Amino acid sequence: MSALLFQDVSKLYPARQAGQGTFKALDGINLRVEEGEFFGLLGPNGAGKTTLISILAGLARASSGSVQVHGHDVQADFAQARRLLGVVPQELVFDPFFTVREALRIQSGYFGVAKNDAWIDELLHNLGLSDKANSNMRQLSGGMKRRVLVAQALVHKPRVIVLDEPTAGVDVELRQTLWQFIAKLNKQGHTVLLTTHYLEEAEALCGRIAMLKQGRVVALERTSDLLRSATAQVLRFKMDGVLPDALAALARVTGRIVQLPVHNAIEIENHLAAVRSAGLVAEDVEIRQADLEDVFLEVMNRGQSEASK
Amino acid sequence: MTGWQTLFYKEILRFWKVSFQTVAAPVLTSVLYMLIFGHVLQDHVKVYDQVPYTAFLLPGLMMMSVLQNAFANSSSSLIQSKIMGNLVFVLLTPLSHWSWFVAYVGSSVVRGLAVGLGVFVITGWMVHIEFVYPLWILVFAVLGAAMLGALGLIAGLWAEKFDQMAAFQNFIIMPMTFLSGVFYSIHSLPPFWQQLSHLNPFFYMIDGFRYGFFGQSDVSPWTSLSVVGLAFVLVSTIALTLLRTGYKIRN
Repeated sequence: MSALLFQDVSKLYPARQAGQGTFKALDGINLRVEEGEFFGLLGPNGAGKTTLISILAGLARASSGSVQVHGHDVQADFAQARRLLGVVPQELVFDPFFTVREALRIQSGYFGVAKNDAWIDELLHNLGLSDKANSNMRQLSGGMKRRVLVAQALVHKPRVIVLDEPTAGVDVELRQTLWQFIAKLNKQGHTVLLTTHYLEEAEALCGRIAMLKQGRVVALERTSDLLRSATAQVLRFKMDGVLPDALAALARVTGRIVQLPVHNAIEIENHLAAVRSAGLVAEDVEIRQADLEDVFLEVMNRGQSEASK
Repeated sequence: MTGWQTLFYKEILRFWKVSFQTVAAPVLTSVLYMLIFGHVLQDHVKVYDQVPYTAFLLPGLMMMSVLQNAFANSSSSLIQSKIMGNLVFVLLTPLSHWSWFVAYVGSSVVRGLAVGLGVFVITGWMVHIEFVYPLWILVFAVLGAAMLGALGLIAGLWAEKFDQMAAFQNFIIMPMTFLSGVFYSIHSLPPFWQQLSHLNPFFYMIDGFRYGFFGQSDVSPWTSLSVVGLAFVLVSTIALTLLRTGYKIRN
């Protein structure tokens, strides 16, 4: 039995103003995540990732279709489905009335887990929160609050862990701590569903990836197959100045670093010639294999050109 | 503790941690009413034959505190959690709508009774007061607080902003409590206002509660019990329906 099963899930939002049509946040999503998988859900902002997770977690209802957690429907059998799920919400929320330990004890209690202090201590230790156990939630920094959110999602040892952009605005140390811990839980058999904008993380962690765009699944493959499917390599160089328009439309530019997809030597020569004729100098030139970010951009752009046809 | 017990406990802990604001402040307000109205009106207002005005006023003020604070508890907890976003911690749990209802209403009853008791402890020495039917006192206090706790649940679910909540409180709850006979017997009113007061369920809560102290009231305690009981069932049905369908919280 699959850990997660999304069948033909659609979500319509009514028009905000008269005259506008209804907005389709999700459009017939079909996904199956097997037990023990580390599954990535990628897509640009507004693609429907969080809506899909909200429906899974019971925070929203699907307009049509169904979602199951280990065979339990998230609507008809919500209590059982939610017991199996641990969700780390995207927003940095907290209850200002309580200390970290109180918050975790209360969260355990909601799931009917009594005398949970041994596991709570383990969570605090693994997430680097042990010395904050008795601090009030208000006194914690953003990163520390994020750790508590993760701990709260795990208090009842859920079989399926759902992380909605858990590393947004989080420092390197926490990211490493978090991923070590989540990877350990995954090895122990917990299923993980992750959404993130950090594609390096997704590439490193996820065995399989679904890409969402405008409420539809536009790619669903093993991560290794996705990387192999990249049709281009990447020409990377540094330069000062403004890239010619023809190149700028293709390029990923980060400060001085320019990255361009290339399929053969002629393209490389042409690109470099265009740079030279614009009076610019390309430094530190290299050609590398495509990474997930390149594949992601390719998939998203492919959708765009198909849509415009 | 089971799920609903934890939510109940959390809701009690929530107001208890800021009890200066949630318990002590409303007690002080009622004490001021008691001192000022008691002093000004003691010799001018006669309610029942044997009962001095301050003694008449005290149960009214107690019940008013019980009702207002029961409402404030569930409504402010919900609106704060909604605006802060931390309601998600409860939304993600397997707790049923019954669990939510019992926990939010139960904790509202506890806060209402705590404030009512506080008013009595601080001002009880000022007047000589009897407890003719203690069971009636308890029944009306608990039922009234539960009804306002459930009403607070509805308001907390409905309101999206603090000013909507303030409107609910200031334009519905406050007038209905003030016009329910806290400060006067409705028999002293002109017939039109008497009739109008009979349409106010808060009047029956206060009248029934007062009956427990004096053994006298404007209407029979059984009538009051029926009205308050019916109002509680009605409000609870609405609150439970909203919780079950996830009105404004699941979507």
